[in-house]
Amino acid sequence: MNDMLTARLTVEAFLADYMHAIDADRLEEWHAFFTEDGAYRVTTRENEELGLPLNIMSCRGHGMFKDRITALRTANIFEPHVYCHIPGALRITGVNGDVVDSESTFTVIRTTNYGDMRVFVCGRTRDRIRMTEAGPKLIERTVVLDSRQIDTLLVIPI
Amino acid sequence: MTEVAAKDDARFIWPVEDTSRAPYWVYTDRELYALEQKHLFQGPVWNFLGLDIEIPNPGDYKTTFVGDAPIIMVRTMDGGVNALMNRCAHKGSLICYKPRGNVRELTCVYHNWTFDLEGKLTGVAFRKGVGGKGGVGPEFDSNDHNLVRLRVETYKGLVFGSFSQETPGFRDYIGDELIASIDRVFIKPLKVLGYHSQMLPNNWKLYAENNKDSYHASLLHVFHNTFGVVRPNMGGGIKLSDNGWHHLSYTERTPPNDDETGREKVRSLKEQYKLHDSSMMEHRLELGDLVTNSIQTIFPNLVVQQILNCLAVRQLIPRGVDSSELIWTVLGFEDDAPDMLELRLQANNLVGPAGFISMEDGCVGGFVQRAAKADPDAQTVMPMGGRGIEPSAGSRVTESAVRGFWKGWRECMKI
Repeated sequence: MNDMLTARLTVEAFLADYMHAIDADRLEEWHAFFTEDGAYRVTTRENEELGLPLNIMSCRGHGMFKDRITALRTANIFEPHVYCHIPGALRITGVNGDVVDSESTFTVIRTTNYGDMRVFVCGRTRDRIRMTEAGPKLIERTVVLDSRQIDTLLVIPI
Repeated sequence: MTEVAAKDDARFIWPVEDTSRAPYWVYTDRELYALEQKHLFQGPVWNFLGLDIEIPNPGDYKTTFVGDAPIIMVRTMDGGVNALMNRCAHKGSLICYKPRGNVRELTCVYHNWTFDLEGKLTGVAFRKGVGGKGGVGPEFDSNDHNLVRLRVETYKGLVFGSFSQETPGFRDYIGDELIASIDRVFIKPLKVLGYHSQMLPNNWKLYAENNKDSYHASLLHVFHNTFGVVRPNMGGGIKLSDNGWHHLSYTERTPPNDDETGREKVRSLKEQYKLHDSSMMEHRLELGDLVTNSIQTIFPNLVVQQILNCLAVRQLIPRGVDSSELIWTVLGFEDDAPDMLELRLQANNLVGPAGFISMEDGCVGGFVQRAAKADPDAQTVMPMGGRGIEPSAGSRVTESAVRGFWKGWRECMKI
């Protein structure tokens, strides 16, 4: 009982830090939420239900995380925008030693420079988090979007 | 809406003889959008519907769209593929309201009218009424109430539908040279790796043009240059169908020729970055040549893409005058080994709605759409590579394929 409660509070605080970092445009910190060889992918409910492996975005290892952000800052062209992550229901689905599995639902509202503000995506995440001396780190984060339709483009991670 | 509207309507007079200019009203006019449904999408064209591997078994169906028209693509009991309008012949309800499924017959949920997989009306609920009262009148003939059925042709697993009885068969429609470039990519049985959909905040034609526009590639999409992963002046060129409607733009690994883009000061070259992990740029030659990028368009709604080992078909669906949907069906080959599959999945970071070298196409059409609205009679200019519609060997700094698109559009629309 205490294990689950501790895990829950730790994961909740950790995911709050993650969402705040992205929403506050501290994207250079993104890779540090993951273990050195951590994996991240964004897919859709449709692909998951059909058993299809395609991702919209995927990274494995800190190098790829940093490349995504360097490209976002220097190469890719898009209308400037920010996210507001709205966390939903969090479930702890497993505690095995120092590794905690969790699932959570979320919504992201996207606002552009001109003020256009709308629900961008919603869905659920499946996170596997290792408790390390340097704090919790994502071994794996899978983001499953409810809709397959991405409005315009996806450049900032979720 | 009348037949004369396009040809004789003074509102839709093309501003020049050729297609070196286009008026902004092509992107913003709502009546023109309605005319396109009839004269273009339901006109003398072959529209891409899907892949035959998406409906492998008898009764498998997938729903899609030709322009605004909802379509059912279905595998028949004898193994053929039919395309039917997804609209009940009675009150016009969608018959299939799920993206995919398997059926023995097509039954409308509204009043239970039933059609076979050829679209023939086979059952009308309470046809004879109840207890001798009600039901259809004596003049009712089932044969008058079948589903609208499209002509269908399948080539290398790509399924196309046409509302037109006059348009030539698919092979003649795109011509031998572009048939050869389909053959080049679809060399063995395919496997669907997944789907993406991108909602574009612009008229469908802005994305159609974007694909034909090889001029923008190294200027808008600066990822390659930024990370120094490719020479801007690789070999390649443009091929066009005889009528200019369809095109192929390709890049190959050959010694550079003296291409103007090589000397152009591209925004990205100010600073040079290095990728920490370049595994997504790995390219295993698998199609028997050195082509790294090949983008083929088949008028009006299909793009066949090979970018390194990223294979995909992109289907363009108009969703109103200022919105469109791009559906990416990402492909591999059935016999891909696990490491090849992994390579394809990794490389797909380059393309799709979050693609390093494609995401900009999602927003740039919207930039034009927003700017065009104020001034429908003003014009875009397309001067690169002259005013003609010719193939271009060696250089992709041309808008000839875009001019070819407008030629096809004008011929369909009679504008």
